[in-house]
Amino acid sequence: MKKLLSGSLKGWLYLLPAILFLGIFMVYPLVDVFVYSFEEGYNSASQTYMGTGGFNYSYVLHDPYFLQAVKNTFLLVIITVPLSTGIALLISVGLHSIKPLREFLQTVYFLPYVTNTLAVGMVFMILFKKTAYSDGLINLMITWFGGESVDFIDGPYPAKMFVLCFYTIWVVMPFKILILTSALASVNPEYYRAAQVDGTSKFRTFMRITLPMISPMIFYLVITGFIGAFKAYSDVVALFGTNLNATGMNTIVGYVYDMLYGDSGGYPSFASAAAIILFAIVLTITCINLLISKKNVQY
Amino acid sequence: MQWQGSRLRNTGGSKMEVILQNLTKKFPSRDKKNRDDVIAVNNFSFEIPDGKLIGLLGPSGCGKSTMLNLISGLLKPTEGRIFFGQDDVTELPPENRGIGLVFQNYALYPHLTVKQNILFPLQNLKGKDKLSKEEMLAKAYEAAKLVQIEELMDRKPRELSGGQQQRVAIARALVKMPKVLLLDEPLSNLDARLRIQTREEIRRIQRETKVTTIFVTHDQEEAMSISDLIVVMKDGVVQQIGRPQDVYDSPDNLFVAKFLGTPPINVFEGEIQDNMLYIGADKVLETVGVPDGKVFVGIRPEGFIMDEAGTLGCTLSGVEVMGRDISVVSTNEASVNSTVRSIISTENQLSMRADQLPEKSTVRFNLIPSKVFLFDCRTEERIHFEK
Repeated sequence: MKKLLSGSLKGWLYLLPAILFLGIFMVYPLVDVFVYSFEEGYNSASQTYMGTGGFNYSYVLHDPYFLQAVKNTFLLVIITVPLSTGIALLISVGLHSIKPLREFLQTVYFLPYVTNTLAVGMVFMILFKKTAYSDGLINLMITWFGGESVDFIDGPYPAKMFVLCFYTIWVVMPFKILILTSALASVNPEYYRAAQVDGTSKFRTFMRITLPMISPMIFYLVITGFIGAFKAYSDVVALFGTNLNATGMNTIVGYVYDMLYGDSGGYPSFASAAAIILFAIVLTITCINLLISKKNVQY
Repeated sequence: MQWQGSRLRNTGGSKMEVILQNLTKKFPSRDKKNRDDVIAVNNFSFEIPDGKLIGLLGPSGCGKSTMLNLISGLLKPTEGRIFFGQDDVTELPPENRGIGLVFQNYALYPHLTVKQNILFPLQNLKGKDKLSKEEMLAKAYEAAKLVQIEELMDRKPRELSGGQQQRVAIARALVKMPKVLLLDEPLSNLDARLRIQTREEIRRIQRETKVTTIFVTHDQEEAMSISDLIVVMKDGVVQQIGRPQDVYDSPDNLFVAKFLGTPPINVFEGEIQDNMLYIGADKVLETVGVPDGKVFVGIRPEGFIMDEAGTLGCTLSGVEVMGRDISVVSTNEASVNSTVRSIISTENQLSMRADQLPEKSTVRFNLIPSKVFLFDCRTEERIHFEK
């Protein structure tokens, strides 16, 4: 051990800044949260707690607000990740196959990425929110076509979920389009020429050549998409305000936040337990993703 | 040949010569100052006989790859027509021409196995050409056997060596029985030893399949060694077409003479006076029927005979012994190249032992008239003389 330390002292020295940063800002908080999650009734002001055990977990797992948040988050993930990746793929292929205006359109598609989430939220409010003066643009269109207006922001759950998914897809799209267009552009054109000489149809070329070639990027987007959607919070706030439990639109991160600082705030132990549960979920899903991708992304 | 006979419909017994008529390909200029089109191929006419192996040869940028792309249909000619046998294919897209194309870097699909790569073109067939799974597999294995890669069928391309990838690419091009096989710089990605082996392999495969094959190369040795015919190109213009030995023995112009042969031909500035050729002050050769004036003289390295009473004097700068023959390196004031390199067979050394001569001494050579070519000093075209 002594030999190991002294012999590679220089190496450890090089690693020191990274180790310090990761240790202080990543490992220590994680361990800390883990510890808190087992300390019952921890008070951050007095730094005291009443006892240790699994009570925090049992409380959180029986809290209807938490269960609602889990349901919302899972719905959001399951709907938006495949949809946004699929639509982004369609748009990227479209962008890739046209020549005129390509750069202009790429910029247009990238705009949401540089727009502030809350500003986008405001726009969505104008589109969807029902007020005393107006039904919102979308409702206006629905009534034009003979439908009945729906309150998307304070109305029925499916309507709210629809707006949230729509919003999330819209926000995550530009990054995915950016990644996929560059992945498409990096496919060696020689493969397409080889396929053309062999008389391969456009569809088959896409399925058998393009898709496998860009599959590593697609899986990257799916994995980061899952992680991102599980951590959704600011989007919900932008659409439904901060009192998320009341509207029934809370997410897991939102629940953690509320437990720490919200109206019902001051429960760091519950917050920690919820955070650890989220951590476990994301870890599991990511591992499953990696396993699947290892089987299917073969090159 | 079983290859041509068995399951192979497209080749049949019909002749498949490739006829190129006045082919011209211009690319729009990207140079802002010079708006003239870039002419990659200029008025190219040639008939490629059926079942032969043709080498398209030229320095980089001479338009030979453009030529190949025109024949394959990946590019459309600006002018001129292309015929495969009786059929005018000028307007046909590549997939309807019945060609097999082997790309310079092989373009094997990296995510598919060798077998899947070879099957790929067959799986594209539709309608009456559609094959059953067993037929496809049989064909794929037939092609794999031809290029001797049957035992690699389940590997991925990245698990193969360059030479093996090359074979897979050829198998993939051959499996759909093309009328014409096109190879773009087939040996450029291989190391020297593999190159010689692979070029013989290409020769063998071509002989066995009897598919009209056109390959592009900038390596004259490669083209000379395996082609039935070589086409020498420069700046999009054909310089000479012929059997490799004929082109070597009788180049039409200075460019062709310089481009073919290793070591390269020795070029001198010479002068004709009264039917005699002078190099510097030396009166070296009788050249009947050539008008007086300055000329370029090309002498093949093997065109020198060492002789104490030889007509051409050079200053010796070194001798390289290679066993079978020796290479005498010398200088001459009239030489266009920096050194004059002559290859002397060890039996023909006569009385002189070149390797025992002191440096800077004068060596004298007699010239073999058939290895000496005269070129006009302005047009660089060949001037023939009686030998």
